[in-house]
Amino acid sequence: MNPSLNMALISAFTTTTDPGMAPVATPFFFYLLSGLAVAGGFLVITRRNPVHCALALIVTLIAMAHLYLMLYAPFVAAVQIIVYAGGIMVLFLFVIMLVSIERASKDRRFNRIWPVGLAAACALMALFVSAFVKGRALFPDRMIAIPEGSNTQQVASMLYGEAGRMGQYTFAFEIASLLLLVAILGAVIMTKKKI
Amino acid sequence: MVPITTFHYLVVAAALFVLGVIGVLTRRNVVIMLMSIELILNAVNLNLVAFSRMWGRLEGQVFAIFIVVDAAAEAAVGLGILIAFFRNKETINVDEIDLLKW
Amino acid sequence: MPNFIMSYLGSTVTPGEAGNQFWALIYVLIIFAAVSLAVVAMNWFERKALAHFQIRLGPMRVGPHGLLQPIADALKLALKEDIIPAEADQFVFWIAPVIGLLAAFTVYTVIPFGPSQAVSDMNIGVLFMLGVSSLGVLGIVVAGWASNSHYPLIGALRSSAQMVSYEVAMGLAVVSAVLMTSMKTGTGTLSMIGIVESQQQQGIWFIFKFFPLGLIAFVNFVIAMIAETNRAPFDMAEAESELTAGYHTEYSGLRWSLFMLAEYAAMIAVSSIAVTLWLGGWLRPFPNLLNAPAWDFIFSLFPGLTFGALAAVAVIGVMRMPVHPYFRVQRIGLAVFAALLGFIALFLLVIALAGRSSDATVAARFRDGIDYVYWFVLKVALFMYLFIWCRATWPRYRFDQLMRVGWKVLLPITLVVLILTAIVGVIVS
Repeated sequence: MNPSLNMALISAFTTTTDPGMAPVATPFFFYLLSGLAVAGGFLVITRRNPVHCALALIVTLIAMAHLYLMLYAPFVAAVQIIVYAGGIMVLFLFVIMLVSIERASKDRRFNRIWPVGLAAACALMALFVSAFVKGRALFPDRMIAIPEGSNTQQVASMLYGEAGRMGQYTFAFEIASLLLLVAILGAVIMTKKKI
Repeated sequence: MVPITTFHYLVVAAALFVLGVIGVLTRRNVVIMLMSIELILNAVNLNLVAFSRMWGRLEGQVFAIFIVVDAAAEAAVGLGILIAFFRNKETINVDEIDLLKW
Repeated sequence: MPNFIMSYLGSTVTPGEAGNQFWALIYVLIIFAAVSLAVVAMNWFERKALAHFQIRLGPMRVGPHGLLQPIADALKLALKEDIIPAEADQFVFWIAPVIGLLAAFTVYTVIPFGPSQAVSDMNIGVLFMLGVSSLGVLGIVVAGWASNSHYPLIGALRSSAQMVSYEVAMGLAVVSAVLMTSMKTGTGTLSMIGIVESQQQQGIWFIFKFFPLGLIAFVNFVIAMIAETNRAPFDMAEAESELTAGYHTEYSGLRWSLFMLAEYAAMIAVSSIAVTLWLGGWLRPFPNLLNAPAWDFIFSLFPGLTFGALAAVAVIGVMRMPVHPYFRVQRIGLAVFAALLGFIALFLLVIALAGRSSDATVAARFRDGIDYVYWFVLKVALFMYLFIWCRATWPRYRFDQLMRVGWKVLLPITLVVLILTAIVGVIVS
């Protein structure tokens, strides 16, 4: 095979020469993933069976993790998958199985005041639409590239600080750990029959 | 095709937010209401990360991580309350949780 | 050979880094085929090894020394009736094994078989692996629920509680290894390739780093990883004497085999994490001490010699087979197998000799690639043996004991190790 054809073959399957800033934010993937996310969200609020809802929510969460990746936020995407899809959703499924739902499958899905709730949500949606239509200028089209390779280091230096200096959010981070501790204690005290 | 901008992400986030609000306001099952709250939190997260990309700053991502932490705490406590309640009243439907109305 | 294949063979970057999707697809297909083959081999080896632990013979009839037993079993499973219980949730029942399989195989995109022998090198590689491998539990939980039966439900409950508990210890052990990557350069890394490279730079596998801190973290990780893959002695989720078969009681035929495939693929995946983090990944023993070209050549002979030894064992098997008309087919089969192994050995030796002449040629790179993959696979294979060994040796835990070990023993130990690693690291640097 001659070298020029070889180069052509390589370049045909090569998207970019600069791997750091590959154009991952292609419209096709954006529409696919956001469609998946919204469809999952819709199934969450309409399915009768809680396990189906949980599965739909998992689809939404994973699609959103990919959206974060498209926004050059790999660390947030990883946290999303580990904490949400691997932790919280397993907890949800566990609880769904504990509180047996034999009866729930025949119950009404929505509460009695559902028209009020729907109306309120519609009002919220109208608010969003008007804000987006009127305030279109507030959201410029630009996308400033954040270096993706050092994303984790940068997030870490904001959380923990660097070179002996306290980070911008170190204190908030400690507070968050305290919040988690309180949540653990609360959950244990709430669910344990005898302490 | 139109290039994808911050605005597109905001629209997706708004749609998910509204879906979550509908879920919280209309469903009876507490578990599904908690899931809807997760949807809302995720919509906020998407907004924050999209803004972080728009401004080229990382504050949005840091806030998104804090929100994930908060969501984990909320889920743990919420499900704990749910189990404690189920043990006492054998129901997880929110409109049968009416002890305070007696 | 076409030029572009040669350029792939001699490449120094991963396909993900080069942004070449076609090449990445080739890698994915190779890895998929190799892992499936490894699962088949593992199936045979596990049965044989377990049998020999118990002074039995194990499968002997299908093929010489039962070599064709996995294939026969796969055929049997594929032809079996595919039962979906009437009361089951059809869709969820169908999707559950697929979730497990997808989670198990997605992990392989970031496993580095060599410095450029990986599909992609993510900068969040370790987090990606932990996250995706933790998705596997969803398949098990959902399978147990969808079967709409008591044993699977209990198995699913046990499995979810167990996996969520041991994930914590596993994550903390991984963090202490990731902390070690920052010792010499000041900036750590989460990329799988970066972790192995930093082990090479620091000149020590992380299992021996800050002795015994690295070792303790490694042992904790191994315990947590056995629990995470639901293997004995932590196989409460599929305890056959308590729950018939746990979460896959109601599964049969092809779907059941998908569960088995997912389980073994997940075992190989977590072993790869352990190998990458603590045992130096693709690095051969003493890569800094013995780095002369002569040593390169000697070590590059190892893959060929290993296959040669396997071929020799097979030849001995042929010799020792009873001379009887009934055994003729088996003898011929084993002889063919020995010849196959011998050809592979010959091929590898020829490559090792061809790559000897100069360092920059494609042949040399190819030889290096084979070398890297060989050492990686050898370490993973040791872990696979460890899994079988544990299964044959230890009795099953009780569930409350399991929880106690996870939360009250493993978690505090890993936390202390993590803190000590940080302190020692600060003092040393």
